[in-house]
Amino acid sequence: MTAADVTAADPGTTPEVASRKPPGVIRVAYRMWRTRVGTLIVALLAAIALFGHLIAPYGERDAVGLPFTPAGKTRKHTIFGSAKVGHDVWTRFLYGGKPILIAAVLATVLALVLGTLVGLVAAYNRGKLDDVLMRTMDVILALPQIISALIVISMFGATTILIILTVGISTVPRIARVTRGAAISVVERDFVAAAESLGESRFRILRSELLPNIAAPLLVEANLRLTFSIGLISGIAFLGFTPDPGAANWGLMINENRQGVLGQNPWGVILPVIAIAMLTIGTGLVGDGLSRAAAGIDRSKGGDL
Amino acid sequence: MSNNRGVIRFIARRLALGLFTLFVVSLVVFAATQLLPSDPAQAILGRDANAVSVAALRTKLGLNHTAFYQYTHWLKGMLSGNPGDSFNAQIPILSYISDRVVNSLFLLFLASVVSIPMSLWFGAYSARKRDTLFDNVTSNTMLALASLPEFVVGIILVLVFSLRVWHLLPAVSTIDIHKGPWSDMKGMVLPTATLVIGAVPYISRVVRASMIEVLESDYVEMARLKGAPEKVVLWRHALPNALGPVFQVIALNIAYFAAGVIVVEALFNYQGIGGALRDSVRVRDIPVIQFLVMVLAAVYVVTNLAADLATVLVTPRLRTRMR
Repeated sequence: MTAADVTAADPGTTPEVASRKPPGVIRVAYRMWRTRVGTLIVALLAAIALFGHLIAPYGERDAVGLPFTPAGKTRKHTIFGSAKVGHDVWTRFLYGGKPILIAAVLATVLALVLGTLVGLVAAYNRGKLDDVLMRTMDVILALPQIISALIVISMFGATTILIILTVGISTVPRIARVTRGAAISVVERDFVAAAESLGESRFRILRSELLPNIAAPLLVEANLRLTFSIGLISGIAFLGFTPDPGAANWGLMINENRQGVLGQNPWGVILPVIAIAMLTIGTGLVGDGLSRAAAGIDRSKGGDL
Repeated sequence: MSNNRGVIRFIARRLALGLFTLFVVSLVVFAATQLLPSDPAQAILGRDANAVSVAALRTKLGLNHTAFYQYTHWLKGMLSGNPGDSFNAQIPILSYISDRVVNSLFLLFLASVVSIPMSLWFGAYSARKRDTLFDNVTSNTMLALASLPEFVVGIILVLVFSLRVWHLLPAVSTIDIHKGPWSDMKGMVLPTATLVIGAVPYISRVVRASMIEVLESDYVEMARLKGAPEKVVLWRHALPNALGPVFQVIALNIAYFAAGVIVVEALFNYQGIGGALRDSVRVRDIPVIQFLVMVLAAVYVVTNLAADLATVLVTPRLRTRMR
């Protein structure tokens, strides 16, 4: 999704390099089983998260029996028994992925846009502007992301928009650093000087000359950040901070159903744990495939690793 | 001579940057009180409190002064070791926090003692055995583990080792507040393991990468050619040169723990500062939040600074080529 955006962004203004590199990386990545398996897992989990509620047997807040009751002993028929407050585990599971996945993707896209912009401007201008921008990034990096998130939540509460903004903005410096690092060597190349002498606008140079040439490392980093954002946002929910405490959410589910594990019904914990684990491992596998392709490690082997 | 001056300039620059960073963090953290939607005095006393007691508390908290006065007053308190009282517990922050600091430090100590040698060994050994079965299995396992959020790792450990499969270890820690965290070593196992499993994949990958770079370098080739045994090449020649980045990794590791304890302590109900931060955010105990955030930020900035300096001191070519 984000991958396609980046590569489709520019179909090649600088013929020999720009048009070949980004699709090359993706094509090489998909020769490896890890990228394919990862994509499959992510697609499955994303489908559950986005469309699962359509096949849910009950409503998100419907009670099916007493809390933490195993399947078969609930008042209404259930597959995995009941959760806290007597909710249906399976229904809550089908509803609970959406808030995490959507927030994580939006936060990553926000970070990708802002981070790329900051990194490119810093690399292209160097000097004072570069210094100011990157020192600002250092200051943001001085706080671990979860702490930034907790500060904001303690002030304004855990609204969806704020979580997306905080996770996104605290991710910006990480992407800006990678972008700047990759772009600095590109700035020195001849075709940038050529574009400058042709009088191309600064924005055009950043977008058409620099961006296509750093798409590969950017793609890898964006993927890594998506993985971390999923973990971070579900972790915040696990700590008990969600926009709506009554709504289903995989992270919150794990927390509120923990006592059910001591009792009789562990499924309220096991299902969301498997879901978050598979989702993050899936995006991790895709990221690993991309980074191997970008580094050219498996180019020779054709990818049967 | 000029070399020395370069080192001092470098250290001064980094120090200044670290202090500046902490200053900015303090401004942000302080802004938390100013931007709070509700009046802190009202928030402490509840909605039904009468106007007189609210006004009295406002005076006591210094809320009638200008923001600048409040900021300098707060900063002075932080620096002189008297950060004020907890809104919620109504006792000095330091007495509320001191036991918890010991508990968290003990957890960090155990986690570091296990994770640092472990990640060095895994990283160095899989670099040495590059592209063998061992390397492939470890790097794929590490990749999977690195992707997992730490609370997922912790919950899986709890499910396996204490609740569903085996009943070996306690799922929550119960520390006797008078005896210290070492009174419940059995309860330390799973929190420590969770932090270690979070950190090792991440660090060992960095170690592996820098070891591979070193192993392919000329002086290692030279050591091999002169007939040094493989073991000596690895530990005497290669490893010390891969150490520069390793110091940085140890700092990142500590920083990782500084954030990781929040979730891990909440998960195991461990009585440390991470759990305290979560609880304070829940009840909006602003002075405690401010204090804990400043402490964690300071730990992070100082460890990074130490790592930078250590890197410069162990890497000769950086000592001569400094900006």
